[in-house]
Amino acid sequence: MKHIFSKQNRVLLGELVRTDFKLRYQGSVLGYAWSLLHPLLLFVILYAVFVKFLKLGTGVAHYPVYLLLGIVLWNFFNEMTTQSLTSIVGRGDLIRKIRIPRWIIVLSSSISALINLLLNLVVVGIFMGINHVDLYRTLLLLPLILLEVYIFALGASLFLSAAFVKFRDISYIWEVLMQAGFYLTPVIYPLSKITNLTLQKLILINPMGQALQDARYTSVTHDTTTIYHVFQGGWYQFIPFTIVALVLVAGVTYFRSQSKYFAENI
Amino acid sequence: MNDELAIAVDNVSKIFKLPHDKQTSVKGTVISFLRGGKATYEKQHALKNISFEVKKGEFFGIVGRNGSGKSTLLKLLAGIYTPSKGSIQVNGRLTPFIELGVGFNPELSGRENVFLNGALLGFSRKDMAAMYNDIVEFAEIERFMDQKLKNYSSGMQVRLAFSIAIRAQGDMLLLDEVLAVGDAAFQQKCFDYFEELKRQKKTVVFVSHDMSAVRRFCTRAIYIKNGDMLHDGNPAEVADMYAVDNLENMQAQAVKKDSAEPQLPKTFSVASKITKQTDASIVLDVTFKTKEPDDLYIAISVLRDGASVAEITTPLDMELRGNGRVTYTLDATLFNSGMYEVPVVLCKKENRQLVSISTGKNRFVIKGEDPIRGAAFKLEDTWKYHEQ
Repeated sequence: MKHIFSKQNRVLLGELVRTDFKLRYQGSVLGYAWSLLHPLLLFVILYAVFVKFLKLGTGVAHYPVYLLLGIVLWNFFNEMTTQSLTSIVGRGDLIRKIRIPRWIIVLSSSISALINLLLNLVVVGIFMGINHVDLYRTLLLLPLILLEVYIFALGASLFLSAAFVKFRDISYIWEVLMQAGFYLTPVIYPLSKITNLTLQKLILINPMGQALQDARYTSVTHDTTTIYHVFQGGWYQFIPFTIVALVLVAGVTYFRSQSKYFAENI
Repeated sequence: MNDELAIAVDNVSKIFKLPHDKQTSVKGTVISFLRGGKATYEKQHALKNISFEVKKGEFFGIVGRNGSGKSTLLKLLAGIYTPSKGSIQVNGRLTPFIELGVGFNPELSGRENVFLNGALLGFSRKDMAAMYNDIVEFAEIERFMDQKLKNYSSGMQVRLAFSIAIRAQGDMLLLDEVLAVGDAAFQQKCFDYFEELKRQKKTVVFVSHDMSAVRRFCTRAIYIKNGDMLHDGNPAEVADMYAVDNLENMQAQAVKKDSAEPQLPKTFSVASKITKQTDASIVLDVTFKTKEPDDLYIAISVLRDGASVAEITTPLDMELRGNGRVTYTLDATLFNSGMYEVPVVLCKKENRQLVSISTGKNRFVIKGEDPIRGAAFKLEDTWKYHEQ
């Protein structure tokens, strides 16, 4: 593992990401514009349903931006894990015929997702401007929260991609889990709608719940319920970070133990 | 590791676990776990305790029949597989060509594929940009570089892939059956490339079925059979072992299927067999049977690696009628090394009509080292060098 970021590996990583990105909108008329248009259109639908018809966001300042930020972060996690899950098997032709570090494949698919996230955040920024969201100094903490989500997703991705080589139904299981996670995480509803404190605590122990709420707190409105509030600053508030660290360690360990046998198992 | 060495393989074994019914689902695994703990699988010993060393600058051949484990060995050397036992040490940068054009994407242009393939082989964009013109020129597809690869003919794709491959200037190359693709002109290019590699004293590990290439290029070779390394040494000896092994196998098969001959009169029959082979001579024994009154002759072809090198008949004044037996003795010392086959047919003198074909497949192998001289027979010729 000495040469993790050797020149060769960096070149390869760059080339794989470039290829991914080039191929993503291959043959579509609008091309790269879809990376912005896609989240925007999804957002319009959710906005119409949850803000206009169900009026979920009453009482939350800048709810449209609050909603959009949540969707963007959740989509990033979803996209990165789902794409990485099939990345090793999908690149089976390479793995069986050439010696490249296996983790580069997962990393390249994660970076593609990361690029998408950054583009989406541009859309969020535009909406913040339109909605006249006050810029807090805490906005500077947002990159740290994004890093947390990325590390969480990376750990999960490494684990899932390695497991998928042996167990192909992981993809269906993960799809269902992600669907459940979407509702267990306060993506579309404000956490303040849930009045039961224990339930709030449980939701915020989930790293995605904690990260989403923290991201909203730092950049949309300080009126957001965060893990700091529900545990009133106690040690419990570090549970999500511990989970993230454990997932990363488990993911890396499992991936390393399995990657030797990818070529023969795919 | 010694600086002289390029690759050291120490007591390497590879065992594949082949599940009888591969469980690639959680349900399947749970069920088989509940049934008796372990999934049933077969252990396949693809390689058993292989040890050898490749020195720097050697052109090293790995020879074996299909399924012998040689490709597994190459993949172990390339780091694609991990040995089940033993260790492999590689001293320097190794560029594997298990297949040409790995990672080629049909949706990308030729140009983009060059850079992608280069990165997979470990070259930066800058390196590739420097080699780019050379590659395109060698592949002879300048006009098409901005078109998508899916619009290339398969020949163009192979040319492009090969051009990239020969620009790869690693310390060591692993080549697997690269020669198996392409037409004669392409093969010639491959051979020229090998000559170039040899001249540059590059370390090359080469897997092939083409014994003439092994004899011609390799400086050392190993022979692998059913996962065991049977021989390590002179490429000519290894090529001979391969020929003998193939011969035995073909004879075993010939016994199985001896039908489907062309329609011939049923009233004639001929049989033949090599009854003696020594270093000095080969004796072919031919017996024929017929109730027809015709005067007959026996024709023999000598095929070397499938190509006819001699056509011989019984002398025209030798009368062959009814039932009889003929022996034909050949001077074995006249032959250069190779695998020979001697089919025998029976014909009528009257109209030269072929009436019967011997079902015996007569084959013999001449061992020896003469990897360069291509003639089947030892010609009485002399070369002389005149200084200008």
